[in-house]
Amino acid sequence: MGVPSLRQDRTADGLVLRPEGRWTVATVGALDRDVDRIAAHPGTVVVDLDGLEGLDTAGALLLRRAMRRCQPTGDSCRIAGGTEAHLDLLSMVAANDREPLPLVRRNALSDMLERVGRATLEALAEAKIFTGFLGLVVERALRAAMTPWRFRVTALVHQMEQAGLNALPIIGLVSFLIGVVMAYQGAVQLRLFGAEIYTVDLLAVSILRELGVLLTAIIVAGRSGSAFTAEIGAMKFREEIDAMRVLGIDPVDALVLPRMLALILTLPVVTFFANAMALMGGALLCWMTLDIAPEVFVERFSNTNPWHFYTGMIKAPVFAAVIALVGCHAGMQVTGRAESVGRMTTKSVVQSIFLVIVIDAIFSIFFNVLKV
Amino acid sequence: MSSKSEPIIRVRGLVNRFGAQIVHENLDLDVERGEVIGIVGGSGTGKSVLLRTIVGLNRQAAGIIEVFGARTDQLDSDQRLAMEQRWGVLFQDGALFSSMTVAENIQVPLREHYGLPTHLLEEIAALKVAMVGLPSDACRKYPSELSGGMRKRAGLARALALDPEIVFLDEPTAGLDPIGASAFDELIRSLQKSLGLTVFMVTHDLDSLVAICDRIAVLAEKRVILTGTYEDMLAHDHPWVREYFHGPRARAALKTAAE
Repeated sequence: MGVPSLRQDRTADGLVLRPEGRWTVATVGALDRDVDRIAAHPGTVVVDLDGLEGLDTAGALLLRRAMRRCQPTGDSCRIAGGTEAHLDLLSMVAANDREPLPLVRRNALSDMLERVGRATLEALAEAKIFTGFLGLVVERALRAAMTPWRFRVTALVHQMEQAGLNALPIIGLVSFLIGVVMAYQGAVQLRLFGAEIYTVDLLAVSILRELGVLLTAIIVAGRSGSAFTAEIGAMKFREEIDAMRVLGIDPVDALVLPRMLALILTLPVVTFFANAMALMGGALLCWMTLDIAPEVFVERFSNTNPWHFYTGMIKAPVFAAVIALVGCHAGMQVTGRAESVGRMTTKSVVQSIFLVIVIDAIFSIFFNVLKV
Repeated sequence: MSSKSEPIIRVRGLVNRFGAQIVHENLDLDVERGEVIGIVGGSGTGKSVLLRTIVGLNRQAAGIIEVFGARTDQLDSDQRLAMEQRWGVLFQDGALFSSMTVAENIQVPLREHYGLPTHLLEEIAALKVAMVGLPSDACRKYPSELSGGMRKRAGLARALALDPEIVFLDEPTAGLDPIGASAFDELIRSLQKSLGLTVFMVTHDLDSLVAICDRIAVLAEKRVILTGTYEDMLAHDHPWVREYFHGPRARAALKTAAE
């Protein structure tokens, strides 16, 4: 028992529909086809509910569809028997019966075109807003420079600790390992020509010019850029930014400038540290596998072009500004929805790493033109 | 009210604690089938914790909770699933899945547990949306496109998706304007009547208590100190109860109900 079924009896009076068993959401799926096979019946239709053991809204919905299939209005069917609860349920379903909205079928090609179009417009709008933010920050920075005694020193020191000091272990370790890897790969290749000693030059060029500062910038973007977005975003989400505004505190002064200055000050220092660790890793490997003693390494190294070092260090504050700007801007873009904090954080990391690499490429061309 | 048979929810000697802080101690509560019970209490008395403990989102430190005559802490996972399909929960802000439309939200439990044909799912979703008094175009909208009141209605529609016997409501009228709140009260009352629901409602809203609750349970001193009708509340002399039910807002609520 309990298995739902729908019997159709043709009597002298007309058609009798007998729903039987439990018509509930758990069971009515099987009846769907039976109901759709019912033919229209012009005469009297009686629905006999006495065989019904259970009914819920899903069952009542299906029963109403059965009645509609017999007679298009459905309401002209006569209902016989049934408990009060079942009748109540049927009348409530009848009162709320509506055709579901048709599912919109979409064209994949036009959808794709639409998405591309929207994404392009969004990217342009975003670039415009970002440029505006850049202008705002520069204006506020200049104004803050006129009144340096008002600068938030505590926030600055706190951010320097967070973004710089606390990042040293991970950046040091990663740089050291990259130094080892670079030296090893270079040594294997250069040994073929008997030019092992040039491993030192290889390390100097690759680490000082590119790898040290790039690695540092990427790790800082992942650590601090994302933290900036999450912190400012959470404040935006909880209306703290709005509270600051109505209290007469400028959020750019209070939140963006200390973070940006902290990163601009610390990133070169951290880059210097990363360079040193990477060169130490390289020197260690040279000593162990190529028998280049540390003093030989240092001597060879000190004869390399000092501009290798300068070019890397010149890039550091620029990268820092980009990371801080993108991170803070993404935080400010958070809207009133919780998931937008997460989305903007991801976006800020991806964008700042992308921008860092683009700017690095531009620097390469620039230095190449300057022949340094 | 239905006959005084087995209560649909029976709580005995419930203890809840978070670290050193004891929220409930020796809490007893009965909820009868087919009634609307309102749980009141000051902030931090653990009203929501009680609700969450009964539906199994929070494990009690000690005590017995029986729902539909079965102890909730002694169920295996199949029995637990069967029990969960017999109740629905409306969270404070609806807790709708933000990546899905309202219709899809309502269909989640149906899809998860029963293999129903798509057009029947669409029909059921449209029906539930109509039942909670939302316009039919709300079906295709995302939660972020709805107002707070509409989100609550949509959340209620999802809670009702499986035609539950008990509905748990966590502050259903909080954050609604007075018109929206009283419309929501009416909605709960009419659905409760037509679907024969048992409603377990945590609330602060004195108007709701007067308008739709058959019984009220007062949480204070880590337990239920009093259950009864609104009149019983007025007659009681516990200081908190007096302050709550004889305060200016309570008198105003009663006056509007009387009119």
